[in-house]
Amino acid sequence: MAPASKLLQFGFMPRASVFVTCIVDQLFPRVGMAVVEVLERIGWQADFPERQTCCGQPAFNTGYRDEARTVARHFLEVFRDAEYIIVPSGSCASMIAHQYEDLFQEEPEWLELARGLGPRIWEFSKFLLEVARVEDVGARFERVVTFHDSCHGLRELGIKEGPRRLLSRVRGLSLREMDAAEECCGFGGTFSVKFPGISGGMARTKIDSIRRSGAELVVGIDASCLLQIQGALSRAGLSVGTMHLAEVLAQR
Amino acid sequence: MTGPQQEKIRQTLEDANLQLAIYAATGRLMSHRQAVVAPDVLPDYQELRTQANLVKQHALENLDHYLEQFESQVVARGGKVIYARDGGEVVEFLLDLAQKKGARLVVKSKSMTTEEIELNERLEHHGIEPVETDLGEYIVQLARERPYHIVAPALHKTRFDVADLFSQKLGVERETEIEKQTKIARSVLRQKFLAADIGISGANFLVADSGAVVVVTNEGNGRMTTTLPRVHVAIAGIEKVIPRAQDLAVFLKLLGRSATGQPLTVYTSFLAGPRREGEIDGPEEFYVVLLDNGRTRLLADRQKRQSLYCIRCGACLNHCPVYRKVGGHSYPWVYGGPIGAIITPQYLGVTHDPWLPFASSLCGACAEVCPVKIEIPKLLLALRSEVNQAQARAGQGRLERLGFRVWAWAMRHPRIYEMLGFMSSAVLGGGEGWIRRAPRLLNYGPLAAWLSQRDLPRLPARSFRQWWRARRKAGKN
Amino acid sequence: MVARAQEGGEELMPREYILHRTRTALGRSIGQPPEAAPPARISIPEMDLEARIASLFANLEKLAGKTHRASSPADARAYVAGLIGERSAVASNAPFLRECGITDLPTVRSGFTNSEELRAVSADAEFGITSADYALADTGTLVLFSSPQEARMVSLLPPVHIAVVPREKILTGLDELLAQEPLPAGRSSSMLLITGPSRTADIEQILVRGVHGPGEIHVIVV
Repeated sequence: MAPASKLLQFGFMPRASVFVTCIVDQLFPRVGMAVVEVLERIGWQADFPERQTCCGQPAFNTGYRDEARTVARHFLEVFRDAEYIIVPSGSCASMIAHQYEDLFQEEPEWLELARGLGPRIWEFSKFLLEVARVEDVGARFERVVTFHDSCHGLRELGIKEGPRRLLSRVRGLSLREMDAAEECCGFGGTFSVKFPGISGGMARTKIDSIRRSGAELVVGIDASCLLQIQGALSRAGLSVGTMHLAEVLAQR
Repeated sequence: MTGPQQEKIRQTLEDANLQLAIYAATGRLMSHRQAVVAPDVLPDYQELRTQANLVKQHALENLDHYLEQFESQVVARGGKVIYARDGGEVVEFLLDLAQKKGARLVVKSKSMTTEEIELNERLEHHGIEPVETDLGEYIVQLARERPYHIVAPALHKTRFDVADLFSQKLGVERETEIEKQTKIARSVLRQKFLAADIGISGANFLVADSGAVVVVTNEGNGRMTTTLPRVHVAIAGIEKVIPRAQDLAVFLKLLGRSATGQPLTVYTSFLAGPRREGEIDGPEEFYVVLLDNGRTRLLADRQKRQSLYCIRCGACLNHCPVYRKVGGHSYPWVYGGPIGAIITPQYLGVTHDPWLPFASSLCGACAEVCPVKIEIPKLLLALRSEVNQAQARAGQGRLERLGFRVWAWAMRHPRIYEMLGFMSSAVLGGGEGWIRRAPRLLNYGPLAAWLSQRDLPRLPARSFRQWWRARRKAGKN
Repeated sequence: MVARAQEGGEELMPREYILHRTRTALGRSIGQPPEAAPPARISIPEMDLEARIASLFANLEKLAGKTHRASSPADARAYVAGLIGERSAVASNAPFLRECGITDLPTVRSGFTNSEELRAVSADAEFGITSADYALADTGTLVLFSSPQEARMVSLLPPVHIAVVPREKILTGLDELLAQEPLPAGRSSSMLLITGPSRTADIEQILVRGVHGPGEIHVIVV
């Protein structure tokens, strides 16, 4: 924390690198744009190492460790010198910060690199609260929303109260908790296409809970969950929308 | 997945009543548990879990010592220990015993271990009548089905199912009131308890320093089974050993709470040997059968050995969003839910049901509630990798493996990655809006699977990196 | 048991086979002492007698158990008499029951030492009366060791169980019980913990009491 505040003192904007994740890059670029906008608004400069691609989670979760390592090595190379790496996804952040160590147990050099990188990975809401130390990003958004607790963020990174605190400072926003907030949405990476019936069933249970909350919008910290939830809402013909936390915070 | 397995899952997903029954029953068990492990009710809950994990780890890492200690204690109290490598040897012992005692009727209290070795069917085959006495087990025995859940065997049955079952199999008048149904079972089973020659129980714990077997129930059938017949046989996997009676302070506290939200189940029996001099009742003969059936093989795997810590509370089943959708009969073996998903491949081989470790979104709810802290998602990931390796050796799963190889190579080359994104957009149609159906020529594989259940957004006209580059050109970065 | 051929060509009986495989799996050798066990975790709260009685009763009542505080042995006797009226009851041989005069109530039969006789009587009795070796306050539990004084059947077969317990027997909970009785097996072939009336929720999760064990339980603390 010290370096950033010192920089601010002297009128320099502290920098943070952004790993947008492949799904945001290709499917939800607005999320990445929102991250950049919020960062700039709170006095941070965003950096986007352009050679970034993916963290390797899809291969890792499907049991292809060699292929996951191939992709992970690329990530480690691209981000090796970044001081802060902001990730708008709980599952990707957790993959890098926790699972890379497991992947590189037999490769001491990469293990060391992974270990060094782990503490520099910040899921977006954690970055705002714990590094930038801001709760109020000057957002205004007059909607009734509910919050979906993404599994990896919740159980591996302890993300539960943080986003809610950030949302509580959004002017005009009203938060209505759904009864199944902590239940998995059913995405699970390749699980969603290997077991579509089960995955779809889990999504429908989720959107029933969303419907009961009376919210008009679902907010989350993981675009993959929002892809699943929005896909199910759309299929069910419901008018409830989804938005990433970054997008909400970027609203004025 | 085999055809029948897929069909079972599909049927369960489409049965609205069954979905409701499963969701409601597991939901209730979840909230009962939550009420008794909440920080204001049980402040040392996390500490207890850690202690339980450590004690189980110690017990299993020194299992040979504790098995021998257990055995010598049982013998010292007048009981006998029988080691059985597999179900066949258990049955051999029981048939021999039954013959010596002239026994035909056997009452059983709930034991998943005996389900594992299909004990009832094997005994029946040899002319012995085994009667399940736990109400839920009794119901599924009459229905000739497997238990649906480790703790609630008849979770899937409605009162109307039970009414039909009782009237068909017991010849009683059709009765749909649950309390009356329970009374019917009570009176039928009471006769069996009083007449049985042998009582077979499982064991929730085997206590090494005491040579004791711990049996917990709510109904009292565990007591009946281990008190009334002249012979008591307890059958348990070797992994059930805990070192000391004093360790029960931790395990009993966790078991009831995790399973059903009860600080203690109604009956906890701590049984050490047959009736002693001066004692008025209790069995005259006491046997403990220690079953391997593959446990020594699981023990050898350092990473996955923790699967044997399981105390069979069922909490992981209750919290698993997959179990709550597919129910207990969709699992290939007697153990369902997350614990079933990690031990089935280990006992039956990873290629027996190669799909099983993948049937999880890795949400981690199971690990969060496991009283002995088994790292279930981690073990599922390890098993996935093992399945893939086994399939590679067998020359299967080539297409998927190739797909990931190509994908990994593309992810190392940012320009290729970008080109793939561009191509997908071109092929599926970019811009705003939702895709409901794939174009016929593309309606295969993952795309078809996704679209069978939910819509997919079109790829936006510009990716994030294209936007970033444009911004850079405009001098904004 | 038939010996079976094993990998190394040696024939081993099941016991040796299993122990051998266990040791091999763990990298341990025959007779190797165990590692040091993590100390048993016993945690006993501070609770005076009055608090223990109150807690015991509160926890029992949560489970639909009935409770009574008897001011004296005679009071306990009167309460039991009121419960059983003219109906049949079987009592254990606990000296405390005799002290309270419960065993000489007209419809109470006790003094059995023969299990067949006791079974026949218990199966027909409407009440089973016992004392208890301990009671556990934080869970509403009775602890009974099988002995010449306490047979197991008396608290099992009749549909109603009445337990008459001297107040000094009330412990704070399971931890204190195991601290006092670290080796229950040394004392008896059976230590039984009874926590409320028999119950099940196996059909549609609907709670029903009195499945196999007694459906009604009365605990009288003297």
